[in-house]
Amino acid sequence: MIPRYQTILFIVLLAASVAMGVILWHLRERAHQRLLYGQDSAPTQAPEVAPAEQATLLVANDQDNSLLAQDQSLPLPQDPGSRARVILGKLLDLYAAPDATHPVPGGANAIAQVFLLPVPNPSQKTDSPSHAPASAHPPPGERNATNPAASAPGSQARIQEPTGPELAVVNLTGSFVANHPSGLETENLTIQSICATLHANLPRVTQVRFLVDGEPRATLAGHADLTRDYLAADAVPRP
Amino acid sequence: MRSTNPEHGKRPQVWALAALVAAAGSIFAAAQAPPSANPAPAPPAPTAPQPAPAPPAPHFVVVLDAAHGGNDPGARLSGQPEKTFTLALSVRLRSLLAARGIQVVTTRESDSTIDVDRRAELANHANAQACISLHASESGSGVHLFASSLAPTPPQRFSAWKTAQAAWVTRSLALAGVVNSALLHAGLSVTLGRTALAAIDSMTCPAVAIEVAPERATSGAVTAGLDDQGYQARVAEALAAALLEWKSEARQP
Ligand SMILES: [Zn+2]
Repeated sequence: MIPRYQTILFIVLLAASVAMGVILWHLRERAHQRLLYGQDSAPTQAPEVAPAEQATLLVANDQDNSLLAQDQSLPLPQDPGSRARVILGKLLDLYAAPDATHPVPGGANAIAQVFLLPVPNPSQKTDSPSHAPASAHPPPGERNATNPAASAPGSQARIQEPTGPELAVVNLTGSFVANHPSGLETENLTIQSICATLHANLPRVTQVRFLVDGEPRATLAGHADLTRDYLAADAVPRP
Repeated sequence: MRSTNPEHGKRPQVWALAALVAAAGSIFAAAQAPPSANPAPAPPAPTAPQPAPAPPAPHFVVVLDAAHGGNDPGARLSGQPEKTFTLALSVRLRSLLAARGIQVVTTRESDSTIDVDRRAELANHANAQACISLHASESGSGVHLFASSLAPTPPQRFSAWKTAQAAWVTRSLALAGVVNSALLHAGLSVTLGRTALAAIDSMTCPAVAIEVAPERATSGAVTAGLDDQGYQARVAEALAAALLEWKSEARQP
């Protein structure tokens, strides 16, 4: 016969080990999630130390298929790629608001990154669907060691300050694209407003390419073609 | 071994083998030939005939493309998927056009999966004077009318498959103008735009994409939903009138 105190001790120890197991599993999952969404912990809002500046957002309106310029005062970082991300984040925050003129869920987190690359060949025909070499879309976090100026994304300081036209590569999150309303007009307006807003604030950006989770995607939500490079200036509404 | 064998008995077999190889070679070459007639990846053969925009076709043909279908439901509309709405509109418009003596080619007649390239192939094969891609969405209001956003280029003997529409954009914009007037004339609200849509970007015909959205008051309240049969009928009637007008314009020299 096992003494009563030993039975109790055994049960207590068993319960403790099960509880520790559960806690460990939970911590492991949390760490895994943090690792997976590591990029989300990057600040989407510029740190408060950045001075507030004027940014022009080209805000879409579903009612009349138009873009309307709207000035916003935002703290903006100096690095052009981070600057572009903050500005586009603000634009998508407007679309995620309840009374949006172009309702799209997601908000600022929908823009994973914006890379700015020199346009490979400015005389190249630009509206043809591009099948750019793989090196043109570096996966997040990876840098092209042979050409640092061409691939320095995010906050990395630029070694060579480019002066020519630039291609903005906008990396959208998969969840934003999955929740984007489907339709010719709504998808087209999202693309046009992103292109026009980039061009209005970073005039050197002449072309825009879209990636989803770092990969090329056929369409935004079943309609608008994401395989081609967009001419940013075409999206800016003419008075 | 066999080719170097000097034995007389083997000689006829060698010749038979050589003849067989030659025959197989010519069959293989013949089998390789047909794909060059395909407009997409064709190597530039200077003598190949091309349905250039210049010669007026004897028949007036309209291609109706009910977008989505099968595995691709399109947008979620209240009550039905987009694929069902577009097919119903295509069927309705087809009978209206047939009643007016216009020949119609449809990309689908049932809930079947047809990829974008196949739709453009069907349209391009029809040698049509108007190609209409039909869509529907709950976003926005009224009828959204789109032409391709490709920059116009002069007609070329060979154009890239994904930008074939570039040579037709000017005609597509003219078609969009006619459709716009007809929709406005029917009292419908219209937004005009240009977009990058793979289906029409590969079409070699005057092509527009039409997206039907609910009719709304300025407050945003829906005055005619997509399931409103009267609204569907008005849109279809206006499109039929537009295509009849386009046909009469095409007749004029
Ligand atoms: Zn559609």
